[in-house]
Amino acid sequence: MFKIIERKQLSENVVKNVIHAPDIAVRRKAGQFVILMINEKGERIPLTIVDTDSKAGTLTIIYQVVGKTTTALADLKEGDYILNVLGPLGHATEISNFGTAVCVGGGVGVGVIYPIAKALREAGCNVVSIIGARTKALLILEEETRRVSHKLTVCTDDGTYGFHGFVSAVLQQMIDAGEKIDRVYAIGPVPMMRVLANLTRPHKIKTIVSLNPIMVDGTGMCGACRVSVAGKTRFTCVDGPEFDGHEVDFGLLMTRLQMYTEQEKQALEKCRGERNG
Amino acid sequence: MDKEEKKEKKEKIPRQKMPEQVAKVRVRNFDEVPQGYSAETAMLEAKRCIMCKKPGCVAGCPVDIDIPAFVKLIAEGDFMGAARQLKQTNSLPAVCGRVCPQEDQCEKVCILGKKGDPVAIGRLERFAADFERQSGHISIPDKAPSTGKRIAVVGAGPAGLTIAGDLVKMGHAVTIFEALHKSGGVLIYGIPEFRLPKAIVDAEVNFLEKLGVKIVTNFPVGRLKTVDDLFADGFRAVFLGVGAGAPVFMNIPGENFSGIYSANEYLTRSNLMKAYAFPEYDTPIALGKNVCVIGGGNVAMDSVRTALRLGAENAYIVYRRTEKAASRWNSGSPMSPAEEGLFP
Ligand code: FES
Repeated sequence: MFKIIERKQLSENVVKNVIHAPDIAVRRKAGQFVILMINEKGERIPLTIVDTDSKAGTLTIIYQVVGKTTTALADLKEGDYILNVLGPLGHATEISNFGTAVCVGGGVGVGVIYPIAKALREAGCNVVSIIGARTKALLILEEETRRVSHKLTVCTDDGTYGFHGFVSAVLQQMIDAGEKIDRVYAIGPVPMMRVLANLTRPHKIKTIVSLNPIMVDGTGMCGACRVSVAGKTRFTCVDGPEFDGHEVDFGLLMTRLQMYTEQEKQALEKCRGERNG
Repeated sequence: MDKEEKKEKKEKIPRQKMPEQVAKVRVRNFDEVPQGYSAETAMLEAKRCIMCKKPGCVAGCPVDIDIPAFVKLIAEGDFMGAARQLKQTNSLPAVCGRVCPQEDQCEKVCILGKKGDPVAIGRLERFAADFERQSGHISIPDKAPSTGKRIAVVGAGPAGLTIAGDLVKMGHAVTIFEALHKSGGVLIYGIPEFRLPKAIVDAEVNFLEKLGVKIVTNFPVGRLKTVDDLFADGFRAVFLGVGAGAPVFMNIPGENFSGIYSANEYLTRSNLMKAYAFPEYDTPIALGKNVCVIGGGNVAMDSVRTALRLGAENAYIVYRRTEKAASRWNSGSPMSPAEEGLFP
């Protein structure tokens, strides 16, 4: 049993939880994730660890409320318990002084890009961050990201805040202006990562993406999380979650993510029905 | 009665069948197929054993169960005694009685099998274990005095559970580290409910805990702690029972499309996560009208039967060897896949 120490609504549909998990907190490195299962009947879902506090023995997760599990998770209050938390899983992000690293985060992906930006900054990189959301109300971690970045650009799709347009447009401008970019980290919705990878490919700028396929065990035992990278089948939970964005088959990832759309709807409706009594 | 006569009489009792759910009904539910011997049938079956002086069956048993001894106790009606006898060398008799391939082990070398059918050792083992569990009086075998030594076991699957049981009986302090949220390994995620009810696995795990084995779930060794860390923590030995590992895909075009599963994923969703009870349980599973399983071993049989129970109209097995080789594992048993409409 893992206790929820803190719960915070970051935006209309994004929630942050701080969870007591001392063993994981001590071991975790940036880029790793946990699999959690709320209760006996729950599903196992992967979530990236945004932050850890090894002294307090806690880890932080940030998630968008989209389906049954995230809805139920968001309903839990401070002091409630999560039945199972497994981690830290996956490889840690490769962190080194790469020169100029551009960290691009979209939507809830900002929660994942933030710890990477922080680690890169500590390693001596020149960190340029670009974060975005559909609209201002959905933007998260702006201040935190600003603190660890040498430069930050904020975008909204609808122009309600910051740069009016997609994060990719900002990166495009940087490339067009001939700015020196040694590495790009792109984390967010699959279409966003695909666009960014396509953008950097002709310029041969190494682009790392973090994938979030459906998982079950998270230990390499089932293959639910398989993706195609450079034409080879890889298991995201043990080979990833980060891969070279230029080699990922995003189309396949997208279809596999949509595999249970119907059932997910059904589960969510049932969950909403139960909540409303 | 002279010796000859006695032997003749024994051979006349035919191998006793276990009652089972009829095929038509069982292919649409997840309840256990065979339902176990009654006390009378068990005693009748046990009486078939001729109590060989040099029993081949014991040599055929990987955990050295004194088979004639426990069979004799059943024949005499001392079912609790039989269970105690089993548990001296096997901590998981209710599981082994169900899923061990007896036809390839103890029963294969049973002398009665030379002329007719071997003694149904597996069914008797299952009977005794079930009898004890249902009685509610679970015996705890004697343990050697504490050695003061700690041993770590990685993985709470059949290997880890078995060795943990043996080590704890030898007086060691045993801790099992399991990555999943539940103990049992393949017994819990792989083998379906209709072949091995999960309540039985839970009961055997419980028994080990009563014996003194400590089990820590959600603990991925290698991630949370390395083997070196475990030694540094004071464990004197580490047993790695980490399982068969990653599923192997065949490298055929389209194998990563949605709706294509490794058996591990398909069975884990259904068994561990109880996707067959979706939406009561949250984990979904693809429901196909036409399901094709590639392979012909036990795992393929478990998968194809799961598909039938999930409502597939047509379930196919595609296998590179012959029909006989494919069904070999379960032939002649009440679990024979042929009876569920496979291999028409
Ligand atoms: S989630 Fe099962 S192998 Fe990755």
